[in-house]
Amino acid sequence: MSSQPKMVRPTIEREHAMHLLREMIRIRRFEEKCAELYSAAKIRGFLHLYIGEEAVAVGAMQALEADDAIVATYREHGHALVRGISAESIMAEMYGKQQGCSRGRGGSMHLFHAGMRFYGGNAIVGGGLPLAVGLALADKMQGRARVTACFFGEGAVAEGEFHECMNLAALWKLPVLFCCENNLYAMGTALGRSESETDLCLKASSYEVTAWPVDGMDVVACENAARRAALAVRSGDGPCFLEFRTYRFRAHSMFDPQLYRDKAEVEQWKKRDPISNFEDTLRTAELLDDQSLKTIEEAVEVEVAKSVEFAEASTWEPVEDLCKFVYSEEKQQ
Amino acid sequence: MSEPAKTIRTTYREAMRQAIRDAILRDPRVFLMGEDVGRYGGCYAVSKGLLEEFGPERIRDTPLSESAFVGAGIGAAMGGMRPIVEIMTVNFSLLALDQIVNNAATILHMSGGQFNIPLVIRMTTGAGRQLAAQHSHSLEGWYAHIPGIKVLAPATLEDARGMLWTALEDPDPVLIFEHGTLYNMEGEIAADAGPVEIDRCAVRRSGTDLSLITYGGTLFKTLEAAAELSKSGINAEVLDLRTLRPLDTESILASVARTHRAIIVDEGWRSGSISAEVSARIMEGAFYNLDAPVQRVCSAEVPMPYAKHLEEAALPQVPTIVAAAQRMVGERG
Repeated sequence: MSSQPKMVRPTIEREHAMHLLREMIRIRRFEEKCAELYSAAKIRGFLHLYIGEEAVAVGAMQALEADDAIVATYREHGHALVRGISAESIMAEMYGKQQGCSRGRGGSMHLFHAGMRFYGGNAIVGGGLPLAVGLALADKMQGRARVTACFFGEGAVAEGEFHECMNLAALWKLPVLFCCENNLYAMGTALGRSESETDLCLKASSYEVTAWPVDGMDVVACENAARRAALAVRSGDGPCFLEFRTYRFRAHSMFDPQLYRDKAEVEQWKKRDPISNFEDTLRTAELLDDQSLKTIEEAVEVEVAKSVEFAEASTWEPVEDLCKFVYSEEKQQ
Repeated sequence: MSEPAKTIRTTYREAMRQAIRDAILRDPRVFLMGEDVGRYGGCYAVSKGLLEEFGPERIRDTPLSESAFVGAGIGAAMGGMRPIVEIMTVNFSLLALDQIVNNAATILHMSGGQFNIPLVIRMTTGAGRQLAAQHSHSLEGWYAHIPGIKVLAPATLEDARGMLWTALEDPDPVLIFEHGTLYNMEGEIAADAGPVEIDRCAVRRSGTDLSLITYGGTLFKTLEAAAELSKSGINAEVLDLRTLRPLDTESILASVARTHRAIIVDEGWRSGSISAEVSARIMEGAFYNLDAPVQRVCSAEVPMPYAKHLEEAALPQVPTIVAAAQRMVGERG
């Protein structure tokens, strides 16, 4: 066997590596700003941060094409950003402004974008899985070789909808890429405290869904797994289930004092920070230096600052429009 | 003028089946899915023969996974299909309540108008067949509480034949409630009967002394009561609500303005019900037109019992409607 260090991949192109790094940093800095704005009461409601899990969304999203669909959860800022929804419109949504990507009707937990086929942050755990199954069914019935990527946390595997959807997607061989983000805690309940069987891939494979675990702290591993799975899904082999093993560095939401886990555990996981570890790997491979990192950080800082400016300058929807979007205004075709 | 229209003899079940056939023939995006809709022919035999005619792609048997297949209907609708989802009974629809209430009814709004859900969900409702407390309830009024969905209750052959297509043309989710005792109802219908509007109530019998306001399975009991009342010189108007959400308040108030008295006949329970809503709207909009307080004839507030005599006693019946009307009209000065 080769004696090369695990992460050094001579084949990874520098440009692509920079892209992965930049995307992860975008999520991190954007969300750090969100936390700050939450404390300043600019953002209200619930705010669930993805910090620590960036490698999953960034890696998985590389495998998707423009006409693939995404169904996400209430912890979806990262997915939305990487998918290409502008930081401005996401931030404006957090502010509740009408220039937001859901016109201020959704907020942090309900980012939507028709053009990007981003079918929302769904804030009912497990609630997005049936939607993904249906989107995939529509593709299959219409003969389109598309993938529907469905993100959900490991907490969702306790829901009946998870089991119903694994079965239905496998039974009908539907093109769904199930992306389980296992961050070990369903809010404050550790996996082992809520599941009699904690092997999530075993659960999925018991429904004849091809499943395997992925190091969710390694963006390259995430990308490779997602590409392999998406290829299988797209070619009509039926659904795949990826268990991304990851960790949430921040609290569940801004109201969470984190009484359920040790600080030492959090610190231990922070040593596996997907961003700093990837930076180290790239430096070792001589693909990254101080200057190029600085360039990325500066560009991201500008992007985040602009998103805040945009959100501040955005406008409130007139109250007269309150009852819009309950029913469609136009008849459909 | 034109020749008298040709009529055919049919049943409510057959009218519904022809409506589904018609929709599948008209629009390649339409398909039917639900439990036992294919090989079994439908729990109430509505879809009998359709699998043979259209094949398993468009007549899809599903597992007993209400949440998954209702949610899949929502996803497929967003993905460009026009699904008709059949749920065996309204009681089973509670297993899909998350998808109906949290997704179907909200996504248009949460997405700021980006994603509409052109989905039709059909289900059986109502009692009268000794099916006891888990197959007999009338929860359509409960669904009528929810903004974002439309709720239809076809009672006549014309509505059984015509409401489905109009519902499929609607850009938003429509729930159709079919009363289980109506499937065998037989009668004449125009040979070329087709789509009907779903926005208005229908006066099924004109009258001057009081308005009997009802829908669905109790329409025919109410018409029978009106015929009975006419023998004692009481001329009752019978108003068929047809659509429980949105309610055609204008037609309700117009009827009350003609008759000055109103009794609502509803197989649902009276507490927090559609009958309560209709009553409240009459109070709000026609109070000064009333010669007597609004009355209601509803089901007894018990889970539906199995024993025939108890079930009959629990439901609105012709004599109870007649008695309520006679009391009300007898009170006139």
